[in-house]
Amino acid sequence: MTAVPDSTQRRGRPVDRTPILGAALGTLFVATLVASVAVGAVSLSLPDLWSALWSRVGNAALSPDETLNAAVVWDLRLARSITAIIVGASLATCGAAMQGLFGNPLADPGIVGVSSGASLGAIAVVVLQISTFGIWTLPVGAFIAGTGTTFVIYALARPGREGTDSARLLLVGIAVNAIGGSVAGYLTYLATADQLQSLAFWSMGSLSSARWLTVGITIVPAVVGIALLVVWSRPLDLLALGERQARHLGVDVRVLRRKLIFVTALLVAAAVSFNGTIGFVGLVVPHLFRLMIGPGHRRLIPFSALGGGLLVMLADMAARTLDPPNEIPIGVIMGSLGGPFFLWMIWRGAGQGRAA
Amino acid sequence: MIDVRDVTLRLGGKALLEDVSLACAAGSLTVLVGPNGAGKSTLLSVIAGDMAPDTGAVALAGRPLGQTRVRDLAQVRSVFPQGSEIRFGYPVEEVVAMGRAFRDLPPHADRAAIDTAMARSEIAHMAYRNAQTLSGGEQARTTFARVVVQETEVVLLDEPTAALDLRHQERVLASASEMARAGATVLAVLHDLNLASAYADRIVLMSGGRIVGEGAPWDVLTAERISTVYRQPVCVIRHPERGCPVVLTTSKEDACV
Repeated sequence: MTAVPDSTQRRGRPVDRTPILGAALGTLFVATLVASVAVGAVSLSLPDLWSALWSRVGNAALSPDETLNAAVVWDLRLARSITAIIVGASLATCGAAMQGLFGNPLADPGIVGVSSGASLGAIAVVVLQISTFGIWTLPVGAFIAGTGTTFVIYALARPGREGTDSARLLLVGIAVNAIGGSVAGYLTYLATADQLQSLAFWSMGSLSSARWLTVGITIVPAVVGIALLVVWSRPLDLLALGERQARHLGVDVRVLRRKLIFVTALLVAAAVSFNGTIGFVGLVVPHLFRLMIGPGHRRLIPFSALGGGLLVMLADMAARTLDPPNEIPIGVIMGSLGGPFFLWMIWRGAGQGRAA
Repeated sequence: MIDVRDVTLRLGGKALLEDVSLACAAGSLTVLVGPNGAGKSTLLSVIAGDMAPDTGAVALAGRPLGQTRVRDLAQVRSVFPQGSEIRFGYPVEEVVAMGRAFRDLPPHADRAAIDTAMARSEIAHMAYRNAQTLSGGEQARTTFARVVVQETEVVLLDEPTAALDLRHQERVLASASEMARAGATVLAVLHDLNLASAYADRIVLMSGGRIVGEGAPWDVLTAERISTVYRQPVCVIRHPERGCPVVLTTSKEDACV
């Protein structure tokens, strides 16, 4: 006879590693932020960096060197690092939200058509030589096409009817993406050699257009959007039970889905419009933290925000410094470093008997 | 209480429910039985608010279904669905706690309610296990504990015992019956007629989208009626201890007559 375990007692409470991981991630984040501002074509020592940072706060007279350092740190690098944080945090948190919504760890923030729509918009602006909004035409065009594509997919799928679930959104999304992709392909075919080069640059992503103005435009929606995702973390958790059961427990899935898609479309379109498509962050970062701290969104979303910002800062630093004075597209860095890392994670996860 | 009035539901030209009326009083355990495709789960879905009927109306604890918000409905009824799934690796305890996530109950009582429900379902020892690694039966027990902690007036159970072993089948039905004694309106779909007979205050027999019999176990579970509705010869004997009817399948027609 086998011993019957006492099934009324809790056993084996796992050690909660979240505080340690949070502290480690926070430290790494700050260190990377400092490094990303210090390192580049002109590398600064920590004291130089410190005085450059303070130079704009006080009003002491500056030597020409100090003026240059201050300009590099404030006007170029800090704005760029903050852009990296905004982009990474937006993409990673929206990725977490879409994975939760579709119940699929392979969903990424582009799943509702934002990225491909934005690409189409950017290509149309470049190839058709639209210049309605001057230098802002490309980001505006990409933003409108990105959010517009999501709207079209949502309207066609009409997931509002009771009983229809998110699967329909995916199917309609695939169809709409295919149509958009072929239009984009045709426009690319029409493009001149010069246009092709700027398209290639956009499609592989770059943070080189980052300025305080773009930071100012994107930071408020990003902060508000990510805060909303944190607020919605409990209903997102319940979606793991499936849409029907989430409804039984009091989640209005239809309304939640609309809100999640709205925020995702906005944040991803804002990130992508200024900086081109940056893949991988939205897929991998939430996945990684789910393995480390578990699937609960109340923790997953803030961790993803920090981790996404960290990853894009690192990738951008590599993009700026690996081949000076040229810049390697950030998408290339992300894929070549992130891909093997992701493989390692999968391999390690499989070794420990857990997957997705 | 549950009040179903003249509900008809058609899907793709086929009538899944035809003119079904059912009233379940507070403090009772009603069991829905019937052959495959009789409309039991469909009726339960309509009562749960998952599907809107074409005609007719459903009210739960006095609230008409169509006009009640999702969150308000969750205060009134809990549902044990057929085929539970969990998409990410939440710990078992978390899954049980989800039953109270949007319940307007004092949060300080959550801990005790969750502990009690997990102990009753005998899943306390796996509180920290990844719910995706559970067996079908363990998953069903987790889902049942989740339903229990929701503490609603109306409890709807769709084949809660399908994946369970003998001991846990009995335990789940005993819990359901206990909830009824405490004042809840419990409606369960069961395939096992003997479980139904042992625990139900009232059995409702469905066939072809209609209710074809309802009443106390001895009134509904007659050999003639069961043989006809299920197209399977049976005989009905008395349970030696419980005194309720026991339905046995037989190979030949008229084996017990």
